[in-house]
Amino acid sequence: MSDYSAWSPEKAVEVIAAHADKEGALMPILHALVETFGWVPDEAVPLIAGILNLSRADVHGVLTFYHDFRRHPAPRHVVKLCQAEACQSRGSRALTEHAEQRLGMKIDAHGHGRGEVSLEPIYCLGLCASGPNALIDGRPHARLTPARFDALMAETVR
Amino acid sequence: MSLHVYVPGDMNSVALGADEVAGTLAIEAAKRSMTIEIVRNGSRGLFSIEPLVEIETANGRIGYGPVFPEDVKALVAAGLFDGAPHALCVGKPEELPFFKSQTRLTFARNGITDPQSFDDYVAHGGMKGLARALELGPKAIVEEVFQSGLRGRGGAGFPTGIKWKTVAETTGPTKYIVCNADEGDSGTFADRMVMEGDPFQLIEGMAIAGIAVGATFGYVYIRSEYPFAVAAMRDAIVTARKRGLLGKGVGGSAYDFDMDVRVGAGAYVCGEETSLLESLEGKRGLVRAKPPLPAHKGLFGKPTVINNVLSLAAVPYILAEGFDAYRDYGMGRSRGTMPIQLAGNIKNGGLYETPFGVTLGEIVNVIGGGTDSGRPVRAVQVGGPLGAYFPPALFDTPFDYEAFAAKDGLIGHAGVTVFDDTADMLKQARFAMEFCAVESCGKCTPCRIGSTRGVEVLDKIAAGEDREDNLVLIEDLCNTMKFGSLCALGGFTPYPVMSALTHFPEDFGRPKARLEAAE
Ligand SMILES: Cc1cc2nc3c(=O)[nH]c(=O)nc-3n(C[C@H](O)[C@H](O)[C@H](O)COP(=O)(O)O)c2cc1C
Ligand code: SF4
Ligand code: FES
Repeated sequence: MSDYSAWSPEKAVEVIAAHADKEGALMPILHALVETFGWVPDEAVPLIAGILNLSRADVHGVLTFYHDFRRHPAPRHVVKLCQAEACQSRGSRALTEHAEQRLGMKIDAHGHGRGEVSLEPIYCLGLCASGPNALIDGRPHARLTPARFDALMAETVR
Repeated sequence: MSLHVYVPGDMNSVALGADEVAGTLAIEAAKRSMTIEIVRNGSRGLFSIEPLVEIETANGRIGYGPVFPEDVKALVAAGLFDGAPHALCVGKPEELPFFKSQTRLTFARNGITDPQSFDDYVAHGGMKGLARALELGPKAIVEEVFQSGLRGRGGAGFPTGIKWKTVAETTGPTKYIVCNADEGDSGTFADRMVMEGDPFQLIEGMAIAGIAVGATFGYVYIRSEYPFAVAAMRDAIVTARKRGLLGKGVGGSAYDFDMDVRVGAGAYVCGEETSLLESLEGKRGLVRAKPPLPAHKGLFGKPTVINNVLSLAAVPYILAEGFDAYRDYGMGRSRGTMPIQLAGNIKNGGLYETPFGVTLGEIVNVIGGGTDSGRPVRAVQVGGPLGAYFPPALFDTPFDYEAFAAKDGLIGHAGVTVFDDTADMLKQARFAMEFCAVESCGKCTPCRIGSTRGVEVLDKIAAGEDREDNLVLIEDLCNTMKFGSLCALGGFTPYPVMSALTHFPEDFGRPKARLEAAE
């Protein structure tokens, strides 16, 4: 679990300003906001637009284009299960069904905001010879079986 | 002197428990009042024996693997620190057939050195390429890369030397070197291993590229799914500046070159070079129409070399050893070596660097040892999500750009993903369409709408609805996508779909293919 700061416009302005001088600053800024707060509220859009001298529509367009920029408060725990081909060949489809049952939710690219756990797809972690693989709260796990998955979830969600 | 113990710190080994193994080893050593130095090396690249613990002995390094956290106590008690025999002992790793039979040019140091030690890098041949590049000067560097026959390893196989020459001939002052480390293809991890296991090599390659074309700044754009690579590159860049590989006066010369890391945000299409440049500029990753080429108008409209990690990482070797040392490996117009990535349901999964020309069958059955499940191989997808599915009947195809194209396939970034006989090829075709729909940048209709339609039609075929009509529809749809898409995401998604249908028609309710029946 990551320790995120509660959203605050003042802090957001600090984070934005710290990266504003970079070339192509928008991506580093959005990453930095997610690292700080766990998400990027719509409220951040005019702040970024103002500092970078971009239109709100431009900032909004970028924010919504990329899968990584969460637009709702982050859940306490994020489970990203690899759904790509090499993991499929090693049983990721069955593992995904198991995870959905275990967690009582469908795997969802938009995430399950605010809650305790979110089950999300990820397309390849580059660990393709030892799947099925997952990233649980940012830590990689390989060769998952249903039993191993349950054990990891028991450690994660207490 | 303390005992050197190697425990890989690469993301795959960590995913298999290497951090816990290293932690327990430290505790067990402390209990015995032993001083050990744990080096977090890169992976040597055979993941069936990771985590691979290596002990430095008077006889060289002795390996044990796979060592899981729960094995450590017993292993230490059995004399691990003395290199004693044990069921998990694999002997000298470099003597294992999987490693012994490779030709490691790009991966020569990977798994052997401490990736973050610049001294290790230099002691194992690093910086020689830069030194010779500085003797040669920009024009001759470009010629050397051209003569080596190196072709872009990101997928398209475009000659790297020609790309560099085009940028070198543009007028400055501002030009960029961009390293494409988006590595989005399932079944590939060679870029990740270079960045985590030998980051200075990539930095040296980028610096040489900068000197060659007259660029003083570069970016490496790394996908966010690779947090370990991001950290490794950031740390290595700091060290490289301190040690004169980056910054003012690279390697004591009159050339300046510096670079920075940028992180992607989960969009597969951003691996496409123009989409990547848009993303670097802070925009949505929409593919640009070409021309203009990035070489003329690239990042922020400036002349830009954009190359894959493996292309740039091959450069220090080529410069250090001479173009002919590289060019003399390979077959046809595919020169040098290719770090092939054995992935999916395969026994000896991992990284295997070898000259072009090895057949697909040798790769899968001999080197890879067949499936991990022990069941027969049914299909092999080469080249990631946009690559074709090949049946065993095509196993005589040599690993070569042209030979794969002749069989309606592609090498791409050289990921080889194996499926056993439980694979449902209709499901795989559906996934290809679904992936295209999820990842489409949305700029052109055949890709954006066609892929969604493709999923629907394949679902109808699976349900047995108007099967023949829908199969004809899928073929039409694939043709429209192939010829009407701006980039290879929409344009190549038909490869996995059509190859599945052609080679495994029985999964789509058609009679079995002749190719397979003839086997
Ligand atoms: C959808 C799509 C995804 C791509 N992904 C990558 C990638 O992840 N890494 C890469 O190096 N090239 C990728 N490419 C190829 C690049 O567009 C480009 O050809 C490459 O970066 C050029 O470098 P090279 O000449 O060294 O191969 C992709 C192309 C397409 C169409
Ligand atoms: S083919 Fe797809 S990804 Fe490529 S430019 Fe067109 S819409 Fe974008
Ligand atoms: S396909 Fe799952 S890690 Fe590569």
